[in-house]
Amino acid sequence: MSMFKAFLIKYAEIGLKGNNRYLFENALCDRIKDALKPLGTFRVFKEQGRVFVECPEDYDYEETVEALKRVFGISSFCPVVTVADTDWESLTKAVGDYVEAMYPDADFTFKVFAKRADKNYPISSPDICGMMGAYLLGRFPNLKVDVHNPEVSLNVEIRTKAYIYSVEIPGPGGMPVGSNGKAMLLLSGGIDSPVAGYMIAKRGVSVDAVYFHAPPYTSERAKQKVIDLAKKISRYAGRMKLFVVNFTDIQLYIYDQCPHDELTIIMRRYMMRIAEHFAKQENCLGLITGESLGQVASQTMQSLAATNEVCTMPVYRPLIAFDKKDIVEIAETIDTYETSIQPYEDCCTIFVAKHPVTKPNLKKIRHSERKLEEKIDELLETALKTVEIIEIE
Amino acid sequence: MEVYLDNSATTKITDRVRDIMIKVLYEDYGNPSSMHRMGVNAEKYMKEAAQIIADSLKVEPKEIIFTSGGTEANNLALIGTAMAYQRRGKHIITTRIEHPSVHQPLLYLEENGYKIDFIPVDRTGKIFKDKLYNAINDETQIVSVMFVNNEIGSVQDIEEIAREIKKIKNDIIFHVDAVQAFGKYRIHPRRMGIDLLSISGHKIHGPKGIGALYVNDNIRLKPIIFGGGHQRGLRSGTENVPAIAGLGQAVKDIYENFEQKVNKMYELKQLIIKELSGLDGVTINGLPEECESNYEMEHIKMTAPHIVSASFEGVRSEVLLHALEDRGVYVSSGSACSSHHPQPSATLSAIGIPKILLDSTIRISISEMTTEEEIQYAIEQIMDLVPKLRRYTRR
Repeated sequence: MSMFKAFLIKYAEIGLKGNNRYLFENALCDRIKDALKPLGTFRVFKEQGRVFVECPEDYDYEETVEALKRVFGISSFCPVVTVADTDWESLTKAVGDYVEAMYPDADFTFKVFAKRADKNYPISSPDICGMMGAYLLGRFPNLKVDVHNPEVSLNVEIRTKAYIYSVEIPGPGGMPVGSNGKAMLLLSGGIDSPVAGYMIAKRGVSVDAVYFHAPPYTSERAKQKVIDLAKKISRYAGRMKLFVVNFTDIQLYIYDQCPHDELTIIMRRYMMRIAEHFAKQENCLGLITGESLGQVASQTMQSLAATNEVCTMPVYRPLIAFDKKDIVEIAETIDTYETSIQPYEDCCTIFVAKHPVTKPNLKKIRHSERKLEEKIDELLETALKTVEIIEIE
Repeated sequence: MEVYLDNSATTKITDRVRDIMIKVLYEDYGNPSSMHRMGVNAEKYMKEAAQIIADSLKVEPKEIIFTSGGTEANNLALIGTAMAYQRRGKHIITTRIEHPSVHQPLLYLEENGYKIDFIPVDRTGKIFKDKLYNAINDETQIVSVMFVNNEIGSVQDIEEIAREIKKIKNDIIFHVDAVQAFGKYRIHPRRMGIDLLSISGHKIHGPKGIGALYVNDNIRLKPIIFGGGHQRGLRSGTENVPAIAGLGQAVKDIYENFEQKVNKMYELKQLIIKELSGLDGVTINGLPEECESNYEMEHIKMTAPHIVSASFEGVRSEVLLHALEDRGVYVSSGSACSSHHPQPSATLSAIGIPKILLDSTIRISISEMTTEEEIQYAIEQIMDLVPKLRRYTRR
């Protein structure tokens, strides 16, 4: 059983938000509660500009730390030892025991940081620092004080209980999901789009996703792969809705009617239109794509201009200036990479022309799309109507 | 209509197999190593299954080792004998079209100082026997040749190969992977000169997770799984009694009305081949040269009764597979065991299928349960889908 009975949560950016601050803090508390819910009955509460997590008796320390590392808005967090008796003798003994347990060699430089939230406590903060330092030096002969650059910053905070901590674990940073609106992610089975979803979620945005399925050209396994990716994103972004659109008939119709070197661009324009439809329906404020400038033919500046033209919503492209290797690095960190590289084709790769246009001419594209006028509205309507919605928890 | 045509991947178990397994799971669930009556009861199922398998092969029950399946049987056969006979030489000969469960253990042995020769095959999937015989030298310890190829259904002349290789060097150990052949052919290892023979339960309407290796009494083996010394120390681990009982039942059943069942499969195979070859741009793989135009039964019978490999120009196999799936017809692309890997199938490459067809090949595999009505339905769907799918290809 872990000696730590609580976590002190530190947050950076949301501290700066003026009068809206409580909204961000509440969102942070909610996201922490969501993240810890499957792990047991944790108490999450705000107290004087701090967020605390109190752990149940039998909680799993490692598992809890891993979960907290995925909660956006946490800049860092400290595992805390709590002491119920705050009288000086109990407190000094507890701090000494803490040092003994955490640093068995007891050979380091340190500084005590004290905070007295309970102003009735008979000893002032500077005095706590001094007296505690003296006690520790007496108990552990190899300790040295270094007030400028200590190896260990030993924190003692006195509230109704006393809190002792010295270890700070980095969190993911960002802002708590739900503090910043919602957006619709165009999710494929590839490496980029899950990373894009993760990055926007990190800015506090809730995410729903749309996936374009093209049976029989794409398999059930390709769809399952996307569901698996959505689940991985939701470990950070919280619950999301995944819209699975049957795109086959639209794709075949485009294939029949339009020049083949423009297939991908026209197809993507329809994907954007469909994604925007569901985005509006779900009160989203933007679309998210995994596009990265110049990575493939459909991601040149000309191509992006051509696909961008069909939607009125802002399109967030967090990877736009990333190199592939940097994207892969994030994908590995958030554990989507292994899933993304499973060899099931998605609809984008199957209908690709051998030589797609890299500098599409908008006029020409619009002209080609006119060839779809006869049936496209009906096909779109069917695609929207037959959408499968999967709730990802 | 649901038509399952992926029987080379796995088969449905029969009611009789299910019943005996349930009985063992719920009633006679003892550990065969236990000394009390429950243990003895469980052991009876094992003895019975070993007897049934031995009878079907005309060998002794003590020559049967139960394994977790065909893969383990092949691993045990190759690594087990290689380890036992290291001093005889470190040369092994096999073919280019073996199942990965033969190929991979041999690559492992190659990494550990063995020399492995892989004998090529002709366009029909039969090995160049002369090349095999010429490859034999003083160091040759094992020859391993599969009976029926799992992807195209080509059949090797096992008996002739056994005879010839032993003429050249009489102490060669001859292993045959018969996973796809067992239950489709009568196989008698002693008469045919086979020293080690691998079989699997789930290819013959038995359960998954069970197989067996026949080991000629004169062959020494080293175990590859160590533990409590079960099965004379050759394969430790509490025996999977329900599956062993199921395997015994499946073997008993598969050889009942055997000729009749096999002939029916050949008729269905002929029907599939005749109909599909009527489509433009279709190649049936692995058929003998004589067969090219009229598909006479005598030529079809030179191949396995249950496997048809067909390439459809201009159609990606995965797409055809999913389109067929939509209509309730289940086939596989290349070989199901290897379709997790994006690289082209070794067998299809070995028989020299043009590159553009490698990714356009499906395997239809039937079983004794397949009906003519099912085949008619499946053929109709293929005939209907192929021209449609051809419209939409990468240009």
